[in-house]
Amino acid sequence: MGVRDVTQPILTVEHLTKRFGEQTILDDLSLTVREGEVIVIVGPSGCGKSTLLRCINALEEIQGGEVRLRGELVSPGSKNLPALRQKIGMVFQSYDLFPHMTVLENILLSPTVVQKRPRDEVKAEAMALLARVGLAEKAEQYPRQLSGGQKQRVAIVRALCVHPEVLLFDEVTAALDPEMVREVLEVILDLSDQGRTMLIVTHEMQFARAVADRVLFLENGRFLEDSPPEVFFDAPRTERARRYLQTFSFERKRNHTKNENEHSERSTS
Amino acid sequence: MRALGLEVLFKGKNLARLLGGLWVAMKISLISVGLSLPLGLLLGALMTRKNPVCRAVLRCYLEFVRVMPQMVLLFLVFFGSAGIFGWNISGELSAVIVFTLWGTAEMSDLVRGALVSIPAHQYESAAALGLGRAQTYRYVVLPQAVRRLIPLSINLITRMIKTTSLVLMIGVVEVLKVAQQIIESNRMSSPNAAFGIYLTVFMLYFLVCWPISLLAKRLEKRWG
Repeated sequence: MGVRDVTQPILTVEHLTKRFGEQTILDDLSLTVREGEVIVIVGPSGCGKSTLLRCINALEEIQGGEVRLRGELVSPGSKNLPALRQKIGMVFQSYDLFPHMTVLENILLSPTVVQKRPRDEVKAEAMALLARVGLAEKAEQYPRQLSGGQKQRVAIVRALCVHPEVLLFDEVTAALDPEMVREVLEVILDLSDQGRTMLIVTHEMQFARAVADRVLFLENGRFLEDSPPEVFFDAPRTERARRYLQTFSFERKRNHTKNENEHSERSTS
Repeated sequence: MRALGLEVLFKGKNLARLLGGLWVAMKISLISVGLSLPLGLLLGALMTRKNPVCRAVLRCYLEFVRVMPQMVLLFLVFFGSAGIFGWNISGELSAVIVFTLWGTAEMSDLVRGALVSIPAHQYESAAALGLGRAQTYRYVVLPQAVRRLIPLSINLITRMIKTTSLVLMIGVVEVLKVAQQIIESNRMSSPNAAFGIYLTVFMLYFLVCWPISLLAKRLEKRWG
């Protein structure tokens, strides 16, 4: 990992290995996240990106290595795991709001029940954050009354209200219609402007370029690249990353003249 | 009126006797339901545990009680217990035992179904928000499971009430048995009594079960 920052590491992943049966999903991964850093993880489907985020939050058992948040071990066996997880906010692809609670109840649950903070104070904060993502008037509605993009913004507010130190975003726009992707990504961009520490898994390359301080390219459970976004997107260091990025650009191949002629003949007849 | 044989109802204490019989049936079903619901909740929660022995035992119990006709279970408990153990269990107690065994089995399967129908993601997103295991159940899983469970368990209750009509076979004088007695004793004077009396029994069951099933429908709509 290139050291470009002298601030304290907030999250460290060391020699993380994750296997499902015989299959190795994450292979001896190490990663240091510094305060205020925005790291985007990209890579082909099934490369282990989402699994990595889930391991960081101890939603998965791991077979080797360790995850530490400010020096404290985060593992499924940690005694203070609920307390640690409050410091690691996570937003999922499928929003996962609680369907039997209103938007506001969803947001207030953890701060009032788990953290025992005063309800009025949390409610004021929740309403301010909802207003910021443009959903203040939806506070009393139920998740089923919201669009996908609105649900995802609520899920982000819900994670923020727990006051996490790190935020994990697991393909949060992958289940959304294209016109709703932007409203969610803008919220995340806004968070990065506030200096939040974030790990983001996404397939939105334009967004990755805009938001990232570092881009990690993950394939077969290993980091093949760890570069600033301008390097990764304009001059990737590995051939594999170059081929991966090509899958996002389209070009017409105009040299098939014969086919084109046939085509035009058919269309004129 | 004569053609329907309804006049028999108002002879002597016949109507009161029928209602008394209905009360016997209700008593058996209320006690059985009252025992089955908490026991079913407990067993249903145990069925979602990963322990294979616990699951196998509960599965056997459920399948055994389900496959066996309730009438056979009644005979088994009422006559079997007397024959083998020499116990002299009353018909009503036998009925309560059988209906509790049956109700608990059905209820536990409903509870298991409601619990496993809560997607894994709900548990995970609760965990990611820092909720502990007990908090996840208390605030996220159980409220959703109960909403799915209430309409189903109300249907089970009406099924249990209806099935109590079988207990006349082990000598319990409940509403259907009273009806038979009334018809029998008026055979000469009102040969049509069978129709009127059974119609009344039908109406009584309907009046008991219909509001319950309406309630189930309403809850289902409200929480759907």
